Amino acid sequence: MSGGVDSSVAAALLVEKGYEVIGMMMRLWSEPGMGEQPALNRCCTPDQMADARRVANQLGIPFYVLDVKDYFRHTIVQFFIDEHEQGRTPNPCIECNRQIRFTYLLQQALVLDADFLATGHYAQVAQTATGYQLRQGVDTAKDQSYVLHMLTQQQLAHVLFPVGEYTKDEVRGLARRFGLPVASKQESQDLCFLGDNDYRRFLREYSQRAAQPGEIVDENGRFLGHHTGLPFYTIGQRKGLGISSTEPLYVVAKDSERNALVVGPRERLGQQRLRVRDVNWIVGIPPAEPIHAAVKIRYKAAGAAATVTPLPNQEAVVEFWEPVFGITPGQGAVFFDRAICLGGGIIADYEQDDGELQPTTTIPLTLRVS
Amino acid sequence: MQKQRIYLDNGASTQLDRQVLQVMLPFWTETYGNSSSHHSFGRQAEQALEEARTTVAKLLGAAASEEIVFTGCGSESDNLAVRGAMWAARAHGKGNHLITSCIEHSAVGQTAVSLHTHHGFDLTILPVDHSGQVRPADLEAAIRPDTVLVSIMAANNEIGTLQPIDELGAIAHAYGALFHTDAVQAVAVQRWQLAQQPIDLLSVAPHKFYGPKGMGMLYVRQGVELQPELTGGSHENGLRAGTVNVPFAVGAAKALELAMADLPETVAHYQRLRDRLIEGVLTAVPDNAILTGHPTHRLPHNASFAFRHLSGNDLLMHLDMAGIAASSGSACKSGDPKPSAVLEALGLGREWTKGGLRLTVGRHNTMDEIEQVVATLPRLVAKLQKIHVMFA
Repeated sequence: MSGGVDSSVAAALLVEKGYEVIGMMMRLWSEPGMGEQPALNRCCTPDQMADARRVANQLGIPFYVLDVKDYFRHTIVQFFIDEHEQGRTPNPCIECNRQIRFTYLLQQALVLDADFLATGHYAQVAQTATGYQLRQGVDTAKDQSYVLHMLTQQQLAHVLFPVGEYTKDEVRGLARRFGLPVASKQESQDLCFLGDNDYRRFLREYSQRAAQPGEIVDENGRFLGHHTGLPFYTIGQRKGLGISSTEPLYVVAKDSERNALVVGPRERLGQQRLRVRDVNWIVGIPPAEPIHAAVKIRYKAAGAAATVTPLPNQEAVVEFWEPVFGITPGQGAVFFDRAICLGGGIIADYEQDDGELQPTTTIPLTLRVS
Repeated sequence: MQKQRIYLDNGASTQLDRQVLQVMLPFWTETYGNSSSHHSFGRQAEQALEEARTTVAKLLGAAASEEIVFTGCGSESDNLAVRGAMWAARAHGKGNHLITSCIEHSAVGQTAVSLHTHHGFDLTILPVDHSGQVRPADLEAAIRPDTVLVSIMAANNEIGTLQPIDELGAIAHAYGALFHTDAVQAVAVQRWQLAQQPIDLLSVAPHKFYGPKGMGMLYVRQGVELQPELTGGSHENGLRAGTVNVPFAVGAAKALELAMADLPETVAHYQRLRDRLIEGVLTAVPDNAILTGHPTHRLPHNASFAFRHLSGNDLLMHLDMAGIAASSGSACKSGDPKPSAVLEALGLGREWTKGGLRLTVGRHNTMDEIEQVVATLPRLVAKLQKIHVMFA
């Protein structure tokens, strides 16, 4: 329970259905307040905690706060920094779900003799003859199955997403019907551990390497100008590069080895192949043959038609039927068959025009020892 | 389905004794006068109040009933003793130095720090040995001609270690300093002869021994000067302004009377349960648990442990869900547990100091309950150790 609308309603729905519910909040690491300014992190603040506790009291369920600060700092926050240092753009929510929420927190829940871990995610779990399916939430605009693609059959057997069968508006309506004090709360946004929602400032402060100025070059390595640090640019960005050219130039790649920002004309942004690592197939095993799927390359992207070919070592190659724009290493690539999430992984690299996959240095996604 | 619950947090608070409740009841609806009033209603209340005061004074072996001051809680008693003694000394130009220990309850510890930081009093904080005891030699070395007050708790609330307060008090007196002891945990599990003991100030909280919350007492030896914290009327010998809470004072006296009446039996009961807890837990968790505090010189109702690499916070949650109420020195409802300062003071390393657990038995606990805890706790510890190994 975060103190927000979604997890509060999730808890209320379960209580209404007759489950014996235990409220839990994870106290995650967040940046200390800066100077006089108190930290503005959206999660785990005393206010959020008080809201969650109030909801739990109203529902008549116990409420506990788990201390996950150190572990979160050493895994998710460090991962965020490391990935940016490697020129990639990570999605910390995916990693948090992989390394903490549906592992550490689920284990804690199971030790409590709980049967399920329920969260306020907009997604659905369906039990079929062949196992558990992960499906999009009914509210496709809010669907969060993208950040849940790493769930295994064992995890899905112990997971509930009670708000997944409602739209956000319906969830707000339910919050009012249950009389929850959080019905009109704002959406949470951005990265929960930042003091001020400014990840650029955060990386400058917490990493020497991530924010090194370097050269802006074209695809032939021709010098065009200077950049202030690779993390501060996004693939597909055109404005704010500070270079002049006869044709519009876009960020097409980040070369972390040379700390260079690679720009090119718009048509170079469109890519048709990408390689995915750390692939999880929801059914438990990779398909025997290449499959057709709609592939999302970021949380808010629409699915693009593609052929997904499983490779050994939990990898896969995605070939889009049409070029897609803004493929960003480090983000998730998640495969869908209509509303069914088939699985997904992390974008490792993508194909340049010579047909070779451009390797980016990968760091192993194993659990780090603090 | 309501699980059977086991309350092992009697060090935090206890169930009000029904006999105590009975003697308190008339003082809300029948004998409700203000004990300071000049009429029959007031006199009735005053009589009950003074009887309560006399009872407490006798049970503690005080020289006179006026030596007992009723306050609002144990923390207030500590504040009145420590602040009151230091400010009175300053008012009379009698010295500026305060000595306390590093494992005091925050009611003393934070008060001492506040006096030092905001008001310029000199402060010495004594260390403790591995068992949690203050070494008398350390006090001898720290005490000075301008030392006003030495404040050392009678028993630590977290680890249960008893302090050699008679020895420490004698040292304070030898140097002309006052001696205060926070006896909130210890007062009802041992006998007192305060008139003969080197103790000038002693704090009591009746809700720790089946009395009411919202009531504290402070023993103030005759002749000891305190400056009041709460000013106004001349209640409580001018030491604590405010209408006296007569029902709670009556209840406090009754609670202490009941505690002292059954003392040997009660202590024997506590010790039997406590020793089984200690033996059962240490046997079942041989490598990853230690007993914290003094092995023998400890409160009869306190079994305190540290578990390696565990979060006491998490352990409390799992125990609570298993129906077992306990506490931890580093527990915190906001999920931001700090290592226990007491466990750090014992010299324990980081792998132990967040893993403190305190089980405090009470009158109502049975050996059956203790056996259930001895069966449950090691099982939870083993599961949490497994999670620790997976996610460290």
